[in-house]
Amino acid sequence: MKVLLIAEYRDGTLMGSTYELLAFADKLGAETVMFLAGSEQVQPAYDGTLYLAEATDCGEYNPEGHRELILSVVEKEKPDLVVFSHSSYGWDLAPRVALALRAPQISEVVEIGEEGDYVVPACNAKLRRRLAGEAPVTVLTLQAGAFNPQGAPSGTPHLEKLTTTTSASLEFLGYEEAEKAEVDLAKAEVIVSAGRGIGKPENMALVAALAEALGGEYAASRPVVDAGWADHSRQVGTTGQTVAPKLYVACGISGAIQHLAGMKKSGFIVAINTDKDAPIGEVADVLVVADLKQFVPALTAKLKG
Amino acid sequence: MKILVCVKQVPDMESKFAVNSAGTWIDSADLAWRMNEYDEYAVEQAVRLKEQVGEADITVLSIGPDRVVETIKKALAMGGDRGIHVKDELSHDKDPFQIATLIAGVAREQNFDVLFFGMQSQDRGSAQVGVLVGEMLKMAVVTTVVEFGFEDGRITVKRELEGGNRAKVRLGLPAAVTCQLGLNTPRYPTLPNIMKAKKKELTVVEVATLAPAEALVRTRNMYPPSKKGGGLVLEGDAAELADKLVRILKEKTTVLK
Repeated sequence: MKVLLIAEYRDGTLMGSTYELLAFADKLGAETVMFLAGSEQVQPAYDGTLYLAEATDCGEYNPEGHRELILSVVEKEKPDLVVFSHSSYGWDLAPRVALALRAPQISEVVEIGEEGDYVVPACNAKLRRRLAGEAPVTVLTLQAGAFNPQGAPSGTPHLEKLTTTTSASLEFLGYEEAEKAEVDLAKAEVIVSAGRGIGKPENMALVAALAEALGGEYAASRPVVDAGWADHSRQVGTTGQTVAPKLYVACGISGAIQHLAGMKKSGFIVAINTDKDAPIGEVADVLVVADLKQFVPALTAKLKG
Repeated sequence: MKILVCVKQVPDMESKFAVNSAGTWIDSADLAWRMNEYDEYAVEQAVRLKEQVGEADITVLSIGPDRVVETIKKALAMGGDRGIHVKDELSHDKDPFQIATLIAGVAREQNFDVLFFGMQSQDRGSAQVGVLVGEMLKMAVVTTVVEFGFEDGRITVKRELEGGNRAKVRLGLPAAVTCQLGLNTPRYPTLPNIMKAKKKELTVVEVATLAPAEALVRTRNMYPPSKKGGGLVLEGDAAELADKLVRILKEKTTVLK
């Protein structure tokens, strides 16, 4: 089996998810080739052929141009799989490549199934589906953190340079950085995080009080931030911060994939939820089945007492 | 300006889910249904665009069994002008390529200027349909939009990237846009608007009248995920639970002095 891995580059940096693609290919025991629209100065540590297009020539966000470049590599290498990260780059580009190839696409793969199928989450990760492609080449996107690299990457790629003059109907106007965090959650040893299940903004105070009693910081999941109940700088998840505290307490967080990706490397995970079947239970060391409005103040009082 | 918004009806994600007898999708009995959350942002943005440009017409399209009419009506109550219901009892068995083919089939002759989609559905989460439809119709396509502006006949958006960073992108018409959470604040339909929506034009298109596509992806089976081994579940009185949890934290972690 041969897989074409689509590495990712942004604003002068190689994205770490590139190594997750390699870990996935290792797990399959597949032969690999890699594509990167990036820079010769920023090569992945990789022992194989890297098809490289300079982003200064083809644009960093230019999905139509990148699609044509990837199609040229597919034509030459005839891979069985074209593999992207399930990221803002991957989910934007993968369907374009799949359509051009009339290839099936399976999004957000979390596991390799038996007999050439792939496992993906459904219904907010409450269920799993095993899907298989019905064509010679299949396009995949891999969920962030689902395939972790073993050990440090190594090797120097053999470069095959690609050039393009494709004009695009999209004009990339530049990046805008996220607002600076008021707290560095990456440094916190304890994080108490609020999810949609806290119900109303006043209950943020319960979460913050528990965080204080545990000597940590409070945080929030995306819906809480979108609702304006917490600052974006305190958001944990793929579009917020990735954290790995010694203790993570998830209050009223059901466990959407995007949130789990941001916190599942925490040392010890406590989830407080009224729903015993919430997907957060998949990663929690302890699941407290309780109404957080009663339990969180009781726990805070006990810790202070 | 002709605008199309595609909406999907999904089960309430707080539901308890069971797998259907074929083992390939959820059992739809006893579920509460609502508009896919991402699509609410798409509808809201379409209505705001119409409010800005004045002369515009918003078509709301949904594929599925009869119950999806409720979701179309909600979008009409939010400000859509007309609805198209592609009636398909088996839409849940179709892959993203098949769904996109149906939408493109309806949209192709209508020369829409802007297509709005949610960036993904809450039940399947493939994040493919909006991109596929736009590409099938040879439009400029941009995904994961958290800011949308229209000026001088061109759209300027901000795409949300990992870590909360954003990329600014400009595109001409016709264009397809997929909407991320936080793009706007979707409005609640008011009672008078709900009443008005009942009278708005709703066209039913039988799926059999549209050119079908072969499935590219096959579902082998569906099942609940396995739980993490050794994960402890605590239930009972809040004060007793707090005692238990403090003991566990002292034993298993170093954070309590």
